[in-house]
Amino acid sequence: MTGLGARIARHAIALLAIVLLGGLLSAILVRYAPGFDTDEQELDPLLSHSSIQAVRQARAAQRDVLHFYFDSLDHALHGDLGTSVSLGQPVGTLLEERIPLTLRLVGMGLLLSWTFAMSLALSAAWLQNSGFDALTTFVSGTFLCLPAAVLALLSVLWNVPGALAIALIVFPRVYRYARNLLAKAYTQTHIVTARAKGLGELRILFWHVIPVVAPHMLAIAGVSVSIAVGAAIPVEAVCGLAGVGQLAWQAALARDLPLLMNITILVTALTLFANFSADVVGHMLRGQKA
Amino acid sequence: MTIRRTNLLRWLAYVLLLLVVGMSLAANWVAPAGYAKQYREAADAPPSHQHWLGTDEIGRDRFARVLYGTRISLLLAPAAALLSTLMAALIGGLAGYLGGAWQRAAMAVTDLFLSLPWLFLLITVRAVMPLNVSPLFSVIMTFLMLGLLGWTSAARVLCASANSLRDCDFVRQARASGIRSPRLFWIHVLPNLKPVLLAQFWISIPAFILTEANLGILGLGVSEPMPSWGSLLKELEGLVSVGAEPWKLVPLLLLVLVVTSFQLVLSNEEQLTA
Repeated sequence: MTGLGARIARHAIALLAIVLLGGLLSAILVRYAPGFDTDEQELDPLLSHSSIQAVRQARAAQRDVLHFYFDSLDHALHGDLGTSVSLGQPVGTLLEERIPLTLRLVGMGLLLSWTFAMSLALSAAWLQNSGFDALTTFVSGTFLCLPAAVLALLSVLWNVPGALAIALIVFPRVYRYARNLLAKAYTQTHIVTARAKGLGELRILFWHVIPVVAPHMLAIAGVSVSIAVGAAIPVEAVCGLAGVGQLAWQAALARDLPLLMNITILVTALTLFANFSADVVGHMLRGQKA
Repeated sequence: MTIRRTNLLRWLAYVLLLLVVGMSLAANWVAPAGYAKQYREAADAPPSHQHWLGTDEIGRDRFARVLYGTRISLLLAPAAALLSTLMAALIGGLAGYLGGAWQRAAMAVTDLFLSLPWLFLLITVRAVMPLNVSPLFSVIMTFLMLGLLGWTSAARVLCASANSLRDCDFVRQARASGIRSPRLFWIHVLPNLKPVLLAQFWISIPAFILTEANLGILGLGVSEPMPSWGSLLKELEGLVSVGAEPWKLVPLLLLVLVVTSFQLVLSNEEQLTA
């Protein structure tokens, strides 16, 4: 348990450090991006000279990167993530509105992709038929060679849900690893012996195969979350779904850097948390096995 | 029999890649009118004797655009892959060779980059740069960005490889005989990383081609009128059905064939490395 506690603490510190470092990098990017020193308000004919001076002074205070970073951090800790330049709304509100849809989309996509990948990988391992193996490798290979945005376009064309597009983007990556892991597991001597003794396939799977492959599969699960979240950008942008991915895309097109930075940090924290959870559960499983 | 079939597929992949690269390099002769010339009287025309793949909505010859776009994607994706592999060798290889605090610091930076989903990182960095740039600058910027940001996973692999070489007998012997660290890295460590570097280079090319296509479709890649596979695929947005105008799918088909060929070549490289 001490090992697990230390692992959790190490991951938590790493997560915090990476989010803080990511925030600093974001602040540097925002600060040195072209156009940081300008403000559209200065063009407003209704503003007096002193008001324009006040706007300029407020901008000047943010020229120092560290000041800008700690100021943003302080605001973020108080729940103020800033205001979107392009949409004119608080970033927190925008994220609050869009996160549920993205979570649903990514969750459904992951569920579907894992169902496809595991069904095919298990079938390939059970059947051990070169024809079936070639067919599944060809299908997953084809999806692997298609850009995510094209799969999103095809999902719009064929009127299928965006979650399926995400599933088809994640599926080949999961399938390749799952197939190799399962094929390797099924060649282990104790599993061959269990098969030779006439043990049922389901019993072999749950008693002997899953415990062997579970820690590796959990690692892939963590990575697949990152792939699915990344796939949310083209899928939401192309399918017209109002989620965080579409918001990030709109922010990129409008060069709305404060919004984009907040989304990037949020996504980083989410993917890190997924990998961290997968690692901790994997560690617990390995501990149980030992 | 299976080995023979796999070898045949690999040879087919090499031939296809050579053919596509050859055709794209010959674009100036095959389509001398260029990719930007507009045939306004024949806008959005279906394939004909004059325009083999028809024309786009503003009357530009699609076949010429596919050829020139292929040239841009196929020349610049390997260039970006070369840049990212060199950066990975420098950062990951050196970190693994030096070990200790250097390795920890380099891997912390690598982890930071790896924790960001690839497309989020790219669109964030792309958004920082100006959007209203010249088409040529947008091409250079897109592929430079891929090269400069795509080194992280390769750096991890190279760091592990260089770290395992660090304690090898021949490296210890060279160190004991007084060879200085930079020379030792350059002459003894780096040549031994060559197979890993080559594999990483081949892995990066299809990955960058696909990423550029994604950026292009999202409108964050190469700017008009310069063609690239990404900007050519953007045309699919206007497709009513797949069967209605199949000639519009040619860039996609070409991209899938080329990426598949790279994957086949890569599996050969991996076998050679092993």
